[in-house]
Amino acid sequence: MDQFTINLLFVGGSFALYFGIAFWARAGSTKEFYVAGGGVHPVLNGMATAADWMSAASFISMAGLIAAAGYANSAYLMGWTGGYVLLAMLLAPYLRKFGKFTVPDFIGDRFYSSTARLVAVACLIIASVTYVIGQMTGAGVAFSRFLEVDNNTGLIIAAIVVFFYAVLGGMKGITYTQVAQYVVLIIAYTIPAVFISLQLTDTFIPAIGLFSNHTESGMPLLQKLDEVVRELGFQDYTADVDNKLNMVLFTLSLMIGTAGLPHVIIRFFTVPKVADARWSAGWALVFIALLYLTAPAVASMARLNLLTTIYPSGPTEAPIEYSERPDWVQTWETTGLIKFEDKNGDGRVQFYNDVPAFKDEATARGWEGNELVVNRDILVLANPEIANLPGWVIGLIAAGGLAAALSTAAGLLLAISSAISHDLIKGSINPNITDKGELRAARISMFVAIVVATYLGMNPPGFAAQVVALAFGIAAASIFPALMMGIFSKRINSTGAVAGMLAGLISTLVYIFLFLGWFFIPGTASFANTPDNWLFGVSPLSFGAIGAVINFAVAFIVSSMTPPPPKEIQDLVESVRYPQGAGGAVDH
Amino acid sequence: MSDHNINAEKYWQANLRLILGSLVVWALASYGCAILLRPMLSGIMIGGADLGFWFAQQGSILVFIALTFFYAWRMNKLDEEFGLQE
Repeated sequence: MDQFTINLLFVGGSFALYFGIAFWARAGSTKEFYVAGGGVHPVLNGMATAADWMSAASFISMAGLIAAAGYANSAYLMGWTGGYVLLAMLLAPYLRKFGKFTVPDFIGDRFYSSTARLVAVACLIIASVTYVIGQMTGAGVAFSRFLEVDNNTGLIIAAIVVFFYAVLGGMKGITYTQVAQYVVLIIAYTIPAVFISLQLTDTFIPAIGLFSNHTESGMPLLQKLDEVVRELGFQDYTADVDNKLNMVLFTLSLMIGTAGLPHVIIRFFTVPKVADARWSAGWALVFIALLYLTAPAVASMARLNLLTTIYPSGPTEAPIEYSERPDWVQTWETTGLIKFEDKNGDGRVQFYNDVPAFKDEATARGWEGNELVVNRDILVLANPEIANLPGWVIGLIAAGGLAAALSTAAGLLLAISSAISHDLIKGSINPNITDKGELRAARISMFVAIVVATYLGMNPPGFAAQVVALAFGIAAASIFPALMMGIFSKRINSTGAVAGMLAGLISTLVYIFLFLGWFFIPGTASFANTPDNWLFGVSPLSFGAIGAVINFAVAFIVSSMTPPPPKEIQDLVESVRYPQGAGGAVDH
Repeated sequence: MSDHNINAEKYWQANLRLILGSLVVWALASYGCAILLRPMLSGIMIGGADLGFWFAQQGSILVFIALTFFYAWRMNKLDEEFGLQE
């Protein structure tokens, strides 16, 4: 059986499983269909949250970014897990006690203002659309490889599949489907990693293999990797970063963005009790950590395997002949995500870091520039092929990558369409809209969102995980501070909250657009996105943390100059702080 | 002020202290050991890398898991002590 057929079997089989479970659960209980997981155990809810949360960014893109930058990109690992600590302590239990279903609902009620509600809807839509661009980038990579077509064609196919997946909609809310998606996703991620860890280190568990000895050379794996990359002019894998401020802000931005993203928060509205909301956050983190503890091992081992493939006799010897390149390089070349150009005409593949500091050594070896460009988003998907693993492992990882990208993209599209049709149109513009009209508005907004995301995904403002990181920065700067102040301060009033959210959102958007193009349209950036141009060395990816500080500061100053919130609002704040009398989630 | 309110106030203060303590540990593991204090910890090696690298790629995640479970366990107990559980 050829690889294409195997991929088709695995991807088709996993989708049949999701639809089968959706059908079974729907037949079992109609209530389950509407109130997603109303009575679901915290462990299962944690698993479903983990599936909802881990997208193309975590699955397809993150390890590739860590592989390329080493220690410096550890910010992704800490940022996307540390946010759950904030969520568990600062938001989830209280929002559960508040007991309504959406984030704009809470902000609108707590700040007793439809303006605050509208601003929250705007923040939610902007963060979610940015997030979808990242998902489309990742799904495009997966589809182009899986169907062996050009990257842009893959992206358009992905857009069509995501659209239909989202329109089928209801199944998204079924907790058991998401539990199945989690299981597929984690198996697909772990199995290749276990094989590779055994090959390289004789250690069964990848997370331990990362800190074990490299079998072939007998030295620690990380030191071996440092040595190999150094020979090719790259920075040491474990090298420290110079700009610690930027790394701290980037990590912080990802953490508070995690706690501010509506599609994650919503999951904590649906557990039976406040106590369960606390446990659910812990379990979600355990299931997320299973992937996040494996990811750094995947990253370093894939980097080493990639370099060993190109330099089979070691980095100081000659690289492989282009005509003898492995099959996987040829397949990825058809997607346009691996590019080769024989600059010195010797027929071999020189892959190294083309920087001035390495110039002399490269010239001495007769090299005239780096000849191989490998897109970072392909690393996880190509990983089993690089390690020569059997065909079914490659099929498995294709199924896992698509599950991660499609489930999150569909979930976000639903969140965007309900924000527009329910919160924006029905809530403010036209309260008398019919149910049918509301549904049509939802479909149209979903369609527009996916067209925009696909167009921008063709020339994305970064790799999948970087685009998603921008979405987190936007959520960090706008939604998280408003939620936190709404719970922990009785003094913040509606004027303060609205001013704070707008200040945080606008400052962050402007900073991002200055470097990555206005509204992410390619070619419209005001400055080149290089560290020299950044304000105090803060990258656009890290600015969300500063935006959040601006949000807090503006909200405090404006609130202190205007009258305090009315008594009943202060009582509402008081009531969300105590678990007693939480009752069931209220429909609206 | 009724007994209930005094009791509730104490509960909230206890919660805030617990959050503050947990966040200190949270920040020490990630921003501390993994980033800012990494050069100071470079003498301690763990499996071919320094302790700071281990915290950045694994250690802080393990600390986060321990923290969320500790907080859930401690708060749910506090709910009962103050008679505020559901």
